[in-house]
Amino acid sequence: MAQHTRKGAQFQAVTANRLNDGIVVYLTAGGRWSESLQEAAVAEGKEAAEALLARAEPAVADNSIVEPYLFEVARDEGGIRAASVREVIRQAGPTVRLDLGKQAELPDVHR
Amino acid sequence: MYRYDEFDQQLVNERVKQFSGQVARRLSGELTEDEFKQLRLMNGVYLQLHAYMLRIAVPYGTLSSKQLRMLAHIGRKYDRGYGHFTTRQNLQFNWPALKDVPDILRDLASVEMHCIQTSGNCIRNVTTDQYAGAARDELEDPRIVSEIIRQWSTFHPEFSFLPRKFKIAVSGTPDDRAAIRVHDIGIQIVENDRKEIGYEIFVGGGLGRTPMVGKKISDFVPKEDLLAYLEAILRVYNMYGRRDNIYKARIKILVHEIGADEMRRQVEAEFAEIRKTGALHLPQEEISRIEAYFRAPAYETLPDESTELNKAVLADPGFANWVKSNVAAHKMPGYAIVNISLKPIGGTPGDCSSDQMDAVADIAEKFSFDELRVTHEQNLTLAHVRKKDLHTVYEALKAHDLATANVGLITDQIACPGLDYCALANARSIPIAQRISERFADIERQHDIGELKINTSGCINACGHHHVGHIGILGVDKKGVEYYQVTLGGAADEKTAVGDIVGPAFTEEQIVDAIETIVTTYLGTRKQGERFIDTYRRVGIDPFKESLYATH
Amino acid sequence: MQLIRNGAFVEPDFPSVADDEALPEGPAIVSLERWQAEREALRARNTPIGVRLKSGQEPSVIADDLDMLAVVALELPIFRNGRAYSYARLLRERYGYKGEVRAVGNVLRDQFHFMIRCGFDALEVADNITPEIWAENVGVFSYSYQPATDGREPVLSLRQRLAQRAAAREAV
Repeated sequence: MAQHTRKGAQFQAVTANRLNDGIVVYLTAGGRWSESLQEAAVAEGKEAAEALLARAEPAVADNSIVEPYLFEVARDEGGIRAASVREVIRQAGPTVRLDLGKQAELPDVHR
Repeated sequence: MYRYDEFDQQLVNERVKQFSGQVARRLSGELTEDEFKQLRLMNGVYLQLHAYMLRIAVPYGTLSSKQLRMLAHIGRKYDRGYGHFTTRQNLQFNWPALKDVPDILRDLASVEMHCIQTSGNCIRNVTTDQYAGAARDELEDPRIVSEIIRQWSTFHPEFSFLPRKFKIAVSGTPDDRAAIRVHDIGIQIVENDRKEIGYEIFVGGGLGRTPMVGKKISDFVPKEDLLAYLEAILRVYNMYGRRDNIYKARIKILVHEIGADEMRRQVEAEFAEIRKTGALHLPQEEISRIEAYFRAPAYETLPDESTELNKAVLADPGFANWVKSNVAAHKMPGYAIVNISLKPIGGTPGDCSSDQMDAVADIAEKFSFDELRVTHEQNLTLAHVRKKDLHTVYEALKAHDLATANVGLITDQIACPGLDYCALANARSIPIAQRISERFADIERQHDIGELKINTSGCINACGHHHVGHIGILGVDKKGVEYYQVTLGGAADEKTAVGDIVGPAFTEEQIVDAIETIVTTYLGTRKQGERFIDTYRRVGIDPFKESLYATH
Repeated sequence: MQLIRNGAFVEPDFPSVADDEALPEGPAIVSLERWQAEREALRARNTPIGVRLKSGQEPSVIADDLDMLAVVALELPIFRNGRAYSYARLLRERYGYKGEVRAVGNVLRDQFHFMIRCGFDALEVADNITPEIWAENVGVFSYSYQPATDGREPVLSLRQRLAQRAAAREAV
C-alpha cells in the first residue's frame, strides 16, 4: 500500500474506493462510508489513527470498499481539509473539469 | 483495415465471457481484491484517483467510423461523455463503474474491439505511424506487420507473465513518427540490396525512471522469420530479465547490464534454435491474407493541384494556417493527410467528447474512406482526404472545436493525466499544459516559434514522454507541494535523444515563465531556418541555463 | 494441495523432499543441488526420482540428465514470475523431455490454459480448485494464435486449411 499520509501527522482520516463503482468514500464516526470528506471521522494521534484504519476492515471483508488508507487532514472554520494536493483533488474532482466529480455533486468540497 | 474472421471474434467473445465471470466473482466476494487486481489489470481496468479507469485497445491506432461511434456511445452511456486518447494510441475512460465493465466489453466486441493486454506484464498494444498507407516514402504499410504481431502476442502462453510490461512499435518510413527507439522493441521496415522487405530491430529503449535509447541488434530480419525473431527476444527477456526489483525489470535494464552485443548473441542463438523447428515460420499465404485488408482504398485519379484548395487558402486565413500546420503530404496526387488536433487552446491534451467522436466519425466516413487513426502524440488523423475537400472538412471540424491549427507547434503538447486523475501521479500535468497553451495561444507567434514539442509527465513513470520532449516537464512532489523539473533536447524521432535536466525544479507559479524564457532564449539564438531542437543541438544547454537561473 | 495430472485429479505422489530430510521409500522430488551432489546414490536406489528447479535454474543444467528423471518440477515462487513457462517449453521442445513437467508453487486458475499450452502436464493447485473450475479455465479459449508445446493447431494454419477447402470446393 502506497503511503499517502505523513509521519507525525496530527489528524488523519480514512478513505477508500467503493468496490462496485470505484467512487471515493470516507469512513464516518458512525462506521458508514460517506462520499463527503466533511462527514469523515478524524483521528488524533498515531494510535487513534490506526484504530480508525482497523475499523475499515469489515467493509473490506464484506466487499463494499477497497484499498482503505490513512491520510492527513486539518480542521479549520471551513471544516475538514485534506493536507496534500493529491487528497484535495481526490475529495473534489479533477481541477481541469470542475463540472465533474464531487465538486459538481456535493456542497462542501474544498479547493 | 483489418476485419475479424470467425477465429478472432470467437477469442474476443470468450475473453468477454471470462472477464464477466471474474467481475461477477469479485462483486460476490468469491475473489479477494488481491486476486482480482491481477485479473482486472490484464484487462485494462485500473483503480485511479476518483474511480475506475478502463483502457481500450486501438490496435496500431486504426479505427473505423463505426468503432469510433461505439466509443462515443460508451462514453455517453457508461462514462461522463468523453474519453482520453493516449500515447499508446489507445482510449481511456475515466469514470466507468466496475459493474458496467462486462456490458462495455460486450459493446466493444460487437465492433471488433477489446481491452485485452492494455495493462499487465505482457505484450501491449503495438503502435505505429499514423500516416501508415499514406506516407510518400513508405516501404510498406506498417499495419500489416503490426496486425501479425497483434495476433502472435494475443494470449501468448509463454509471455503473459513477463518481468514487466512490453511495448513494440513499427515504422515503415525513414522518418520515425512512431518513436520506435523508445520502445522495448522498435521495428524499422527496410529494404535490402535484393529489394526484399525485412526488418531492422532495435531493443531496450524505454522511458520511465531510467530512460534509454534502443540499441540496434539486427540490420535485417527477413519477413518470414519476424515472429521467430521476436519470440527469441521475448524468451531471452522472460528468462533473464530481472524480477527482483520492479524498477529494473524492463528489458532496457537487461540490455544495459549485459550490453547490446551480448543481447544480440543470445537472441541470435535462441533465434537459430526456434527457426530450426519451423513452427513460427510465417507463410506467404497469411502475409497476403493480412495484406489484402490494408490494400490502398479506391483513390480517384486527380490532378495534384486543387483550385478549390488554392482559392480557399487565399480567402480564409484561419484555414490557411490550419493547412500549414495540420495538413501533410500524401503519396497520391490530389490527396492530403489531415491531422485533427485534440489540443484546443487551454484544453486537456487528448480529451475528446462523445459528440466530437461522432462528428469525426461522420467526417471520416464521408471524406476519408470510413477510417481514421489515433496518433501517439494524442491527436487524430484522417489519412486520405481529397485536397478539394479540405476546406469542407475544416469547416466541419471547426463546428466541433476540432480545427485548432497547431499540430507540431508549441501548443500541441503531450501530457499524461497526472494528479487530476492518476493514482500514481505526484503532480498535475494537464493544468501546466493548459497554461502553456494559453500563454502561447497567438497563432502568428506559434508559427514564428515553429516546431517545438513540449511533453509533460506527472511522475517519473513518464507516461507523458517528458524525456523525449524538445522541452520536457516532470512533475515532482516535495512534501505535498507540486514542483516541475525541466529537461531540454529530447527527441523521439529517428534522432532519438533523452533530454538533459536544465537545473533545479520550478514551482507551479514559475513554470510557465520558465518555458517562456526558454523559448525567448531560443528565438534570440537561432539561425535562419533552425528549429528549437536544431538550435539546442548546436548551442547546448548553457545559454538556457544562464537565462533561466541568472535572474532567480 | 491437490495434484492434477493430464487433466485428472490424482493422489499426490512424488513428494518434495527438503535437502536436510531423509528420502522416503518410493518416488520423490529433490532439489537441483541435491541431485547434483548425490546423483549416483539417487540413481542406485532404482526408484523413480524427480528434480525441482527454482526460478533462475534453467533446464539446460539438467539437459544431460533428463532420461534419468521421471519428473521435472518447476517452481513458481509467485504467480507473476513467468520464467517457468519458458523452462517448460525448453524442456519439451529443445530437450525433448517426455517425463512429467510439474508446476509447483503459486499457480492460479487463470494460468491453467497457458501452462498446458507450454508443456506442463501436472499442476499442484490449491484445495479450492474443483474439476469444474479446472475444466472452465483450461478450456477458456477455443483457438490459439501461436504454436506452442501442446500441438494445438494455430489459427493461421486453421485459416489456411479453410481456404484450401474453399478452393477445392470451387474447383469441383
